[in-house]
Amino acid sequence: MTRPVDISRQAFPAAWVKRAAWIAFGLYTIYALSTLDITAERFLRGIEQGSRLLGRMWPPNLAADKLDLLKTGMLESIQIAILSTFLGVLLSIPLGLVAARNLMPAWASWCGRSVIAFCRSFHHLIVAILFVKAVGFGALAGCLALVIGSMGFVSKLFAEAIEELNLKQVEAVRASGASFAQVLVFGVMPQVLPRFIGFSAYQLDSNLRNSTMVGIVGGGGIGATLFTAYQRFDYDFVLTILLVIIALVIASELVTGRMRRLFQ
Amino acid sequence: MLAQPQTVPPPGATAGGTVEASLVIRKLGKEYVRGKPILRDINLTITGRGVTAIIGPSGTGKSTLLRCINRLVAPSAGQILLSGTDLTALSRRQLRFARRRIGMVHQEYNLVERLSVIENVLTGRLGYVSAWTAFMRRFSAEDVAKAFQLLDAVGLGDFATRRADQLSGGQRQRVGIARALMQDPDLILADEPTSSLDPKTSVEIMEILERLTGDRGIPVVINIHNVELARRFASRVIGMAGGAIVFDGTPAELTDHHLAAIYGGESWLE
Repeated sequence: MTRPVDISRQAFPAAWVKRAAWIAFGLYTIYALSTLDITAERFLRGIEQGSRLLGRMWPPNLAADKLDLLKTGMLESIQIAILSTFLGVLLSIPLGLVAARNLMPAWASWCGRSVIAFCRSFHHLIVAILFVKAVGFGALAGCLALVIGSMGFVSKLFAEAIEELNLKQVEAVRASGASFAQVLVFGVMPQVLPRFIGFSAYQLDSNLRNSTMVGIVGGGGIGATLFTAYQRFDYDFVLTILLVIIALVIASELVTGRMRRLFQ
Repeated sequence: MLAQPQTVPPPGATAGGTVEASLVIRKLGKEYVRGKPILRDINLTITGRGVTAIIGPSGTGKSTLLRCINRLVAPSAGQILLSGTDLTALSRRQLRFARRRIGMVHQEYNLVERLSVIENVLTGRLGYVSAWTAFMRRFSAEDVAKAFQLLDAVGLGDFATRRADQLSGGQRQRVGIARALMQDPDLILADEPTSSLDPKTSVEIMEILERLTGDRGIPVVINIHNVELARRFASRVIGMAGGAIVFDGTPAELTDHHLAAIYGGESWLE
């Protein structure tokens, strides 16, 4: 018996559940937008206020005492970034290894993953507030907060990089009578090192940005200076700080990009 | 830093091939899934030098058999004795010392791609040095000299500091052979060493393997798909089918009748 159309052989069957999900998502977005109370009048007022703010920012404040404040703050921020990246990456290496499911027994990687999830669960600023309470105002608190943040991010990526290993290469090293430590040194490290360098460079990059922010809650660095300048309506000094932060981020982008290429 | 357990015979026992290694496999069985055996009751004794080729269809357990010998795969039943030591009963530490006596050449070469050629060859010494020594690349002068000699022997003397991922397939397998020989093994296992290579390179690789292991008196057990290569290079051929040994004899004794029994069917033989 032949049928003109075999309905069991449709190449692209209608996915009603998916469609419904997209429709629900669209409807909710429209509803959420409606609660924001965006009106033309409010929009115009916003533009006006924005232009006034920008007007008060220009020209950037380059007074000697301000530049001094800026220099101290920026240096502290950079120090926080470098120190926290170094410590964070250092701690991430064992943590990422323990969390890798292909090299570790299930219980170990489960523990590792829990620690990583814990490190990742709060925003840097919340962790910074906790450390400010614990160790007092200053760079130490900000540094510790960013160490935790770095561990959460970098060790998760490390673990994933290790899980994507070519196990055949590892097996060959193991078959030669190598111990676990030697398998790590000769089989695992050569494969993952370039990616580790890449993740670390990326983390340094993002810690340079984060370190300008932890100061807002008392974690040291340029953030405190920036926050104070905002509160005192020193918008011209705010602009100076923002410009320097932008320059720093661009510079770090260039440096870390070069670093990554070096280790390919 | 070099630790020696008491259970391993002195390395001098096999140097220069004065004492020939023997491999005795008794009642070896392996099932990955309960009730579905891959290997059934394998009994095999390999003594002396020369190449023993294992032929058989894909999925018949040839690879599993080799991997049981150096315990990359844990056997489910039976014994494997290498020069008297039961490999199935070793602790992890003893296993490491047993593994360094067994060189392995892999189908897809399995070099560590981002290491240099000489580092890959020196991987064969890992069983003899500490992890720190390996990390710092502080291999002894003799080891390094030996690695260079082996690279010269496989014709890659000029490639020592190249990265392994820059080599062609045939070159990689030469490095794989040098790495296995670097272990000073009593036995070499080769798992389809030529099946990723073109016919000409396959013959070259087999010639190198035969020559270098023959010079040193190291027996070789090789899984191979190419029956012609097996006939040409092996002194003994073992045919497997369905996880069991169905032929064991010299290449001359291997007839089309046997091949039909090993691989099934007749039409492909014409």
